[in-house]
Amino acid sequence: MNAASDLLRRLRRHPSGVAAGVFIALLVVLALGAGLVPHFDAQAISSESMRPPSFRFPLGTDELGRSVLAGVVSGTRVSLTVGFFAALFATVIGTMLGAAAGFYGGWLDTVVMRISEFFQVIPGFILAAVIVAMTGTGLSQIITVVSLLAWPQVARVMRGEVMRVKRIEFVDAVRCLGLPERQVLLGEVVPNALAPVLAVGTLIVGQAILLEAALSFLGLSSAEQVSWGRMLNSGQRFLFNAWWLSFFPGTAIFVTVLAFNLFGDAVGAVLNPRATR
Amino acid sequence: MRFYVLSRLASGAVIVLAILVLNFVIVHIVPGDPLHALLGDFPVPPGYAEQVRAEFGLDKPIVAQLGLYLWNLAHGNLGFSFANRSPVLELIAARLGPTLLLMLPALFFAAVVGVVLGLAAAPRAGSVQDSALTALSLFGYSVPVFWLGQIIVIVFAIRLGWLPAQGMRNMREDFQGWDAVEDILKHLVLPGFSVMIFYVAVVARVARASVGEALHQDYVLTAQAKGLSRRTILWRHVLPNAMIPVVTVIGYNFGQTMTGAILVETVFAWPGIGNLFITSITNRDYPVLQGIFLLVSVSVVLINIVTDLLYSALDPRVRSAHEREGPSRARMAPTGDGGTARSAKVAHHERGL
Repeated sequence: MNAASDLLRRLRRHPSGVAAGVFIALLVVLALGAGLVPHFDAQAISSESMRPPSFRFPLGTDELGRSVLAGVVSGTRVSLTVGFFAALFATVIGTMLGAAAGFYGGWLDTVVMRISEFFQVIPGFILAAVIVAMTGTGLSQIITVVSLLAWPQVARVMRGEVMRVKRIEFVDAVRCLGLPERQVLLGEVVPNALAPVLAVGTLIVGQAILLEAALSFLGLSSAEQVSWGRMLNSGQRFLFNAWWLSFFPGTAIFVTVLAFNLFGDAVGAVLNPRATR
Repeated sequence: MRFYVLSRLASGAVIVLAILVLNFVIVHIVPGDPLHALLGDFPVPPGYAEQVRAEFGLDKPIVAQLGLYLWNLAHGNLGFSFANRSPVLELIAARLGPTLLLMLPALFFAAVVGVVLGLAAAPRAGSVQDSALTALSLFGYSVPVFWLGQIIVIVFAIRLGWLPAQGMRNMREDFQGWDAVEDILKHLVLPGFSVMIFYVAVVARVARASVGEALHQDYVLTAQAKGLSRRTILWRHVLPNAMIPVVTVIGYNFGQTMTGAILVETVFAWPGIGNLFITSITNRDYPVLQGIFLLVSVSVVLINIVTDLLYSALDPRVRSAHEREGPSRARMAPTGDGGTARSAKVAHHERGL
């Protein structure tokens, strides 16, 4: 109980992070509910094409008379799916490799760190675009590529934390109980090193959403799926006469990524009160 | 120092080799015949497919294929683009100029603006300037650069009509001399601004951190004790030291700017590498896509090496650390003077892929 109230007290010091968390929760609800409302079909075409925002179409319509509002709502699904799964895979891979590298050291550490350095040096977006262009534009390809590019960030943080935690006395105490090294790592060191990783993982959600949007903007997404980046791609052709086609989907990307950045910063600050920003 | 230079070049060479191998792997993970990945979807003349099959030894064992692949690349053979009727290398080289024209001024102004913002915010933590900088950097990290470009076009080119929306030149008139320069500059403002924003955020964050750090050094106390004015201390003692991490963060973010430029070019129809990239995606012109990835990554590696060398040239402490202990110690030492630059590099990599 005490720990929970302590956490709440610390959360209160980050109102923007709390607001961002509430916003993200609303987005999740929206994404889950998007398919349930029947007249909210993002693909439904109508005769009222290229209408500016009005009472009937609050965010206007596109060249096929599809509602921009329905598109923005249904685009939440693609963005959140890619964001969550890419961040999840990147965090799992990065945690495992970073923990092993930091705990065992030696050649394993060198290899993992060199590979992660490699992925941080090369221009990730261009690589992602090339791979997706050549292997196909499905969501699973995009998720794979993004997690492939993002795990080194997690691995670096995890490695540093594991190196710090493994030097604390309690780890030696556990060793004296006769636990095997593997169990010391998985049962004692990793749980105590996870906190900063959660913050990085949250930030990766935002980056993944941004990357997916950029790929869709270049046309690298499935044509059947409505996504924010894809809407900006078609909006590009009508910049001169339909500002609403670009303005609203882009605002959705911006606000969502901003929310994950704010939330990630707050998570980092709350879980690790000693670290100064 | 010579050892340091050589070891940086060697590790750069390893990374370049890894990039080449990665490209080779991509060709082979593409579903279907690797030949398809080497040719793309654009129709090629009869016989050319057989020629490529022989050149890259596609009927040979995989190790021999890798060898031939590297051999071909080492000889500048990045393939031929039938969509553009030109060798890939020449095609990309021709587009390099406009992209650099877009990037370099944006880099320069971002560095200046970022440093000024960092200088204004650092001595007054929690002030209006400080909060403004935090807000700006959050904006820079969160905004999709292509969308920012679209909004800027809608507002400044379409609504207000101040500046041209598309292209690098006015196609209706044939300007000569200074008029042509002015014409290009006018076209440069909006896309350049879009590229710049992310960079300003990165530089300002690092500049604030490093100015803040430099302000607490002993030599500042000494300077204050000597009775120097605040302004003199800031300009003569703090700024030169605080600039070192800023220089490195600019170098390390070269690749990110190139990515930004590629996305912005598609919004503004700027005739550089980004435009080539998007048309090659549409044409499924794989050799060009791979060639762009290859050349951009190799240039990023080169710029990183130059940045590392510049860093140790600028900071005598790092230089002597290299001379004393050899490069690996100086780079890895957690409390060493390499710390700021490494953390600057990592700080950037915490945000953005």
